[in-house]
Amino acid sequence: MKFETAATVNPIDRMKVIGWPTERIDGPFKATGRASYAYEWHDVVPNQAYGYIVASAIAKGRINRLDVSRAKQAPGVIAVVTAENAGKLGKAQRNTATVLGGPEIEHYHQLIAVVVAETFEQARAAAGLVEVDYTREPGRFDLKAECDSATDPGKITGGKSDTTVGDFDRAYAAAPVTLDATYTTPDQSHMMMEPPSTIAAWDGGSLTVWTSHQMVDWARSDLATTFGMQKEKVRVVSPYVGGGFGAKLFLRADAVAAVLGARAAGRPVKVALPRPLSVNNTVHRPATIQRIRIGAEPGGKITAIAHESWSGDLPDGKADGAVHQTRLLYAGANRMTATRLATLNLPEGNAMRAPGEATGLMALEIAIDEMAEKLGLDPVEFRILNDTQIVPDSPSEASDDDPQAGAPTEGHESPERRFSQRHLVECLRLGAEKFGWNRRNPRPGQSREGDWLIGLGMAAAIRGNHMTKSAARVRLDRRGIVTVETDMTDIGTGSYTIIAQTAAEMMGVLLDKVVVRLGDSAFPVSAGSGGQWGANCSTSGVYAACVKLREAVAQKLGFNALDAVFEDGHVRSGGRSLPLVQAAGDGEIVAEDMVEFGGITEQYEQATFGAQFVEVAVDAYTGETRIRRMLSVCDCGRILNPTAARSQVIGGMTMGVGAALTEELAVDKRFGFFVNHDLAGYEVPVHADIPHQEVIFLGDGDPMSSPMKSKGVAELGICGVAAAVANAIYNATGVRVRDYPLTLDKLLPGLPAIS
Amino acid sequence: MKAFTYERASSPEQAAQMVARTPNAKFIAGGTNLLDLMKLEIETPTHLVDVNSLGLDRIEATPDGGLRIGGLVRNTDLAADLRIRRDYPVLSHALLAGASGQLRNAATTGGNLLQRTRCPYFYDTNMPCNKRTPGSGCGAIGGVTRQHAVIGHSDACIATNPSDMAVALRVLDAVVETVQGDGKTRTIPIAEFHRLPGGTPNVETVLAASEMITGVVLPKPLGGVQLYRKVRDRASYAFALVSVAAVIRKDGGSRVALGGVAHRPWRVEAADARLADGARATMAELLADARPQPENAFKVTLAERTLAAVLAQARI
Repeated sequence: MKFETAATVNPIDRMKVIGWPTERIDGPFKATGRASYAYEWHDVVPNQAYGYIVASAIAKGRINRLDVSRAKQAPGVIAVVTAENAGKLGKAQRNTATVLGGPEIEHYHQLIAVVVAETFEQARAAAGLVEVDYTREPGRFDLKAECDSATDPGKITGGKSDTTVGDFDRAYAAAPVTLDATYTTPDQSHMMMEPPSTIAAWDGGSLTVWTSHQMVDWARSDLATTFGMQKEKVRVVSPYVGGGFGAKLFLRADAVAAVLGARAAGRPVKVALPRPLSVNNTVHRPATIQRIRIGAEPGGKITAIAHESWSGDLPDGKADGAVHQTRLLYAGANRMTATRLATLNLPEGNAMRAPGEATGLMALEIAIDEMAEKLGLDPVEFRILNDTQIVPDSPSEASDDDPQAGAPTEGHESPERRFSQRHLVECLRLGAEKFGWNRRNPRPGQSREGDWLIGLGMAAAIRGNHMTKSAARVRLDRRGIVTVETDMTDIGTGSYTIIAQTAAEMMGVLLDKVVVRLGDSAFPVSAGSGGQWGANCSTSGVYAACVKLREAVAQKLGFNALDAVFEDGHVRSGGRSLPLVQAAGDGEIVAEDMVEFGGITEQYEQATFGAQFVEVAVDAYTGETRIRRMLSVCDCGRILNPTAARSQVIGGMTMGVGAALTEELAVDKRFGFFVNHDLAGYEVPVHADIPHQEVIFLGDGDPMSSPMKSKGVAELGICGVAAAVANAIYNATGVRVRDYPLTLDKLLPGLPAIS
Repeated sequence: MKAFTYERASSPEQAAQMVARTPNAKFIAGGTNLLDLMKLEIETPTHLVDVNSLGLDRIEATPDGGLRIGGLVRNTDLAADLRIRRDYPVLSHALLAGASGQLRNAATTGGNLLQRTRCPYFYDTNMPCNKRTPGSGCGAIGGVTRQHAVIGHSDACIATNPSDMAVALRVLDAVVETVQGDGKTRTIPIAEFHRLPGGTPNVETVLAASEMITGVVLPKPLGGVQLYRKVRDRASYAFALVSVAAVIRKDGGSRVALGGVAHRPWRVEAADARLADGARATMAELLADARPQPENAFKVTLAERTLAAVLAQARI
């Protein structure tokens, strides 16, 4: 199915199953431990051995000697694999760092050996016996120090690295009110609950991996490239994923080590990354330094806006796309954005929840708050004043090999490029009303309750709505069960449930008649989970397959597919009504299709919008910030399942609080690694940090987004949150912090004097 | 983790003997810290003596009006004990400010006193650390030091003691009771129990190798307003940046100790006398010799402001 023109009325619009708060159909499996995560497939192949990873102790340099003799003689050891005996490995295009290091070392905790033994404890103990002698080489570990040598990466997620519209310099110089401020965001870690884990089994020249991956087809092709195999010889199984946030988009050390270990041991091998390796062995959200300049007229109209960002990565790596949303969010005739990429020898930077927007809005939405204050305007009103229905910057361009970018969208150079839908103003107004924004004192540091300084803050949110092709297969069997098969993943997001809802709605049955099977490369290739495209695209793929199945059913029952109504387990047309199950007879009807996007989805800018509101209390003595309540108003198309969507947004809001207050990978600039590489040192919010969250979805569907009229949800939730917290802290204390996270030490100098 | 052997002791004396006669042996109680460190090969005992069934899990009155807390009393039980909550609330508050409910259910009184630093350079075996590998140097100095000590440290080590409970015990002048492999028992005032790092940060307490904590004795109740204020980056489940344990009495005899600033709970008796003069005067005495790292100089300010908050609360 090609989706190229705006969706018209279709069976999803009935919203008998879609759009209802629906508990997860996979919930009971997870709650009772019957859902197997990657490391837990104990019975799928017999004779599984355990692999344990040896990781580099240096950030940059060479291995002089790697002695595995003691490890090999340790009890229970079956094999030890290093770069010396691994054989030639290819490098997947999506990987920046080489997965198996040696003798060259590219980053700290890079995989350098895997020890395979009969038990986990034996493998771990033997791994401790591997002796490595290194020559350490000087590396670049300090982003600020490398800014001057940073270069133009040519492109970022969503378009070119640099853009200009009008004459920024002239307009900025002429503007009566200006802001020029620099903001920094630190390196951040995904810290998903389930560490990267894989069981690998060879069968002759065929390979099966049970793994934890967001993109089954990417894992399959990346494994094929790495091990020099035909893709068809690789099967990837990943039906349950314990969180990813972008960390599981690409092939990682657990999978490579398990496959190498299984080959060397001649039996299946399982490998999980210990928590400390989740940080320096894998990927992280890169730190940024961002300079923002805004010029405005006294009335508040923005006349000039510039956003420049610096980030770093390993050689041939990627830049963070922090400036991208500034091309879309606010009006202003004269604009420029620029991105520079420095070479750093820290671990690989890559996608993390809302890559680009999350970091960019952390800076931009403080800058807007600062500018509103300079202008004497309410921050909500200032944003509304500069809203636009026309894309203010040059249109997005395809960055075809960039996985963060989602489906390539080909830009059409047109001054009148518009958003498919944009209800930012409605989000702002509704949020302000519901949150009681009018109770905010615009003068900072004025509201106090006992020892607590109280502040309100807000920010706007935008996140791209990317479309990418997605396929599914649907079966109707003789019991009337509709089974959906697609390699789509459920990374804790609720994919199983919304896919079941889609199939139930399309086929006119209840959820108990639908079975969903996900995460297996034996199934049709889906959009996968990433870039908040998964829900909209994968359900559209299921929609397409169901349209085919409806045609086949109608034909079998002698109906005209176009006017057949699928409802209550029956198919009706004209005066006739027959049970759906009758179409299957004694066998099964199978249909498969793929949705592909084009036309209208490229002609319009596709994005989701929101408004974030936060109330904080800051301890007047200690500077401890406690969130009191949060509200997110979201404009993201039709909501397929309000329960799952709300869960996604409050998760994003929570992650935004972490970004605002605590999350920072602390860089040791001498040794070149992230020091706080566990969950004690890298502090994500705990329950006590998140007291009250509310989410409101604006109800409209977007017919230009897909036949489902839905859009991405999950990444919008994090966007703008950190800035809203920072703005609330400013309102509470009068202390403007431009360096994340806003830990109490940055507030102490500006707090009220103590007696 | 290195392979190890395991046996279970049936009396405190026997436990100490078992550790004394086996080279590289250690006691294990709750295991909430030791097992983690063994998995990372920071601790590598070859033999573990389980002391969980020694009957040291009771809290009993002492003849002079205090309490004896068995070394195996779990943190949860200690914090919930009615006598502790009534007469030593600073201890109950400190315990509840630490770790999580699950950890407190397993962690013991003796084990809490022996928990090791959370310095990330201690935890990463690729890094130099004089505490883990004597003579290898201190990785933290010149590195990431936000959580580290501001006073009492040395050029060899700037780690902090992570315990909340120990800070309360210090302000209460608790006494640690032990037994050794030869059956001898002794008592150690809490003030002398933990060592400053000096040139041997690997030696953290005055305990001998086979000496086991059998109990902790609290002197008779001090009365006053007792407060424990722990300041950290998130609301729960984090180690203190700074903590203040205080007993504030209107008739004099107020006391204060700090956590999160040194290699042991930090108390200077001369500072207690300044509490009546306020936080600044007290800190001038208590942290007079502070030598913070560039990243943690804020702790000195934070300690003073936290004490001010505690004093204000005590007045209410």
